[in-house]
Amino acid sequence: MNTPFNFRLTKFPNEAEILRHEVREFLSNALKDVPKETRAETWYGADENFSKKVGQKGWIGLNWPKEHGGAGRSSMERYVILEEMLTAGAPVGAHWISDRQSGPLIIRYGTEKHQKELLPGILKGESYFCIGMSEPDSGSDLAALRTKAEKKGNIYLVNGTKLWTSGAHRCQYMIALFKTSQEEDRHGGFSQFIVDLSLPGVTIRPIIDLAGRHHFNEVIFEDVEVPEDMLIGKEGNGWNQVTAELALERSGPERYLSSYILLQELVSEFSNKNDDEGVTEIGRQMSHLTTLRQMSVSVASMLDQGENPALEASVVKDLGAVFEQELPNIAHRLMGLEPDSNGTDFQRYLAILTQISPSFSLRGGTREILRGIIARGLGLR
Amino acid sequence: MISETSQLLSDSVEKIFSDHVTKECIISAEKGEWPESLWSEVVDNGLNLVLVPENLGGVGASWFDAGILFKAIGRYQAPIPLAENIVAGYLLGLGGIPCPESSIITILEGELDLNDNKLSGVSNRTPFGNHSSHGVAIINNNNKSKLVLVPIEDCSISVDKNIALESRNNIEFKDVEALNIADVDFNSDLILKIGALMRSCQIAGGLESLLDQSVRYANERIQFGRPIAKFQAIQQELAVLATHVAASGVAADYASSSMDNGGDELAIASAKSRVDDAISVCASIAHQVHGAIGFTYEHGLHFSTRRLWSWRAEFGSGSYWAKILGEKAVSNGAKNFWPSITSGKI
Repeated sequence: MNTPFNFRLTKFPNEAEILRHEVREFLSNALKDVPKETRAETWYGADENFSKKVGQKGWIGLNWPKEHGGAGRSSMERYVILEEMLTAGAPVGAHWISDRQSGPLIIRYGTEKHQKELLPGILKGESYFCIGMSEPDSGSDLAALRTKAEKKGNIYLVNGTKLWTSGAHRCQYMIALFKTSQEEDRHGGFSQFIVDLSLPGVTIRPIIDLAGRHHFNEVIFEDVEVPEDMLIGKEGNGWNQVTAELALERSGPERYLSSYILLQELVSEFSNKNDDEGVTEIGRQMSHLTTLRQMSVSVASMLDQGENPALEASVVKDLGAVFEQELPNIAHRLMGLEPDSNGTDFQRYLAILTQISPSFSLRGGTREILRGIIARGLGLR
Repeated sequence: MISETSQLLSDSVEKIFSDHVTKECIISAEKGEWPESLWSEVVDNGLNLVLVPENLGGVGASWFDAGILFKAIGRYQAPIPLAENIVAGYLLGLGGIPCPESSIITILEGELDLNDNKLSGVSNRTPFGNHSSHGVAIINNNNKSKLVLVPIEDCSISVDKNIALESRNNIEFKDVEALNIADVDFNSDLILKIGALMRSCQIAGGLESLLDQSVRYANERIQFGRPIAKFQAIQQELAVLATHVAASGVAADYASSSMDNGGDELAIASAKSRVDDAISVCASIAHQVHGAIGFTYEHGLHFSTRRLWSWRAEFGSGSYWAKILGEKAVSNGAKNFWPSITSGKI
């Protein structure tokens, strides 16, 4: 055995580097008036006008096939857009999920009707999707979810509750995993649906997080009648469809760049100090950033080649979360400043990121689940 | 996609090392014996000449290819100066100097002076110095540095070893006539840089062997009626070990291929710093998973960990290189920080 991982070094093609300059130029204008707190939130921050501008540039669905309205470009080019947006602190939260996984899911499993009706809005940056997976009694143990979709004539009748649904309050649609039948196999009997959140019987309630922000929601379904043609993929195939999305969800630059702004601020702070310890720590973090970036880019390229790098994606997400969670602590250790929402820019970044950092190793799969996946890849389970 | 040369070198080094680098081979090398059959296989296959240009009789392969060999040395704990000879061959190639026939060349560092083509001074903790026939040094000079090839067989050589019991000798030169000298437009910092690259790759390979051994042991060792691999506590620890092994491999590959693309310090400094961090985590987990047996000389885990603990301090520690990275970043300023990461140049 060497390792079970298949990371291969990948170089960005020239087109990607050209695009990088276009994106930088666009952002230098588009972000002029975006407040510091929003910048620090990156993909937790949402601005519909910004998303529409990105859509107008043709930068949503960049790597989708042309027949679906995408630009048919590579995942590597898409990667450039993402990392430039994140490091600049662009409020990409509104369209992030639909660009990353809802659109690709519709392209892969959707009917022609789904594709014709739903993809154009996503591409324009006007139509937003959330992901309905977790429930009150189903967190890491996704297979324990209970929300039921019962076939009645030409509708599915949905009853239950989804929890921790990011951004549901500003989305038109949810891609939800429901139980459509009881099977012996724990992973059987699940199906995915596209749910119009304006349907009667859907209630979206805010869950305020520890920083006082409204990001999560509880979404309650009471006798919601979902038209049968809003089933996506095959009935009963939901588990496989959901796990296929995971590599998309777990390997992108948002999995290690969440606290990037603090590292850049430290570079600025230490430009005027003669402090070997601080400078060395900055260098150490650069070594982690540089390496994570190569790993994450490698996964993007495997996705381009049609491989399924689910294991590698778990590695990127686990290491990435450790890195982005550690940065607020390092910034504190080196600067000794109180996180203060009314303080200097540095203190305001620190205030946001210190508070939201616990979520980095929860969202998109907890640390323990990811490490379980890695352990399975090592042949331990 | 892996190139044909890469695949050939990889197959060839795997074959040679799996045949020859046995536990007995490593133990006898620790006692000071020279593993002649292993070395002659390596030489017969030209592995020591991979970075020597073709016009000087070498293979003319890429740094990425050399990285494959460096990693294999670490993975098998091969007790031979193959990495050092590859680097020496590269340096001599830069000066247009061929490697002498059937030579074993080491890398000289220390207070060294060149007068009338004669070398004086001491090269400190020279890797495998007592087994080498020649040494290569870069003598700094404000106008033009000199690349020097000297014989070392007649020098006084100390018997020092590192904690992995690999020779690290002080070699004293008293007016030793150089065999060859070339004017070069780089200075001895280059040795530090490519030395760090070489050790980073060896470390990445050594870390892979920690993972391999730990996974195997966890699947074999039975406690409480089942293999300890079945306990979540062990699974979670080994998963962490694996993430750092994966990162180290990528950091090392990025560093070796950066040498093929101009040799900016960013990737190499990052690699040495990153793998150094990984050693702290991985050696600890590997030993913890092995329990007391891994702490014995009888068990082979320490052949990897003692090497890792030695190599991490050579050619600049992780902190040394992190400081260089940090200094460059702060002097370039925050505005240029992200562009330097994306361009791979600092």
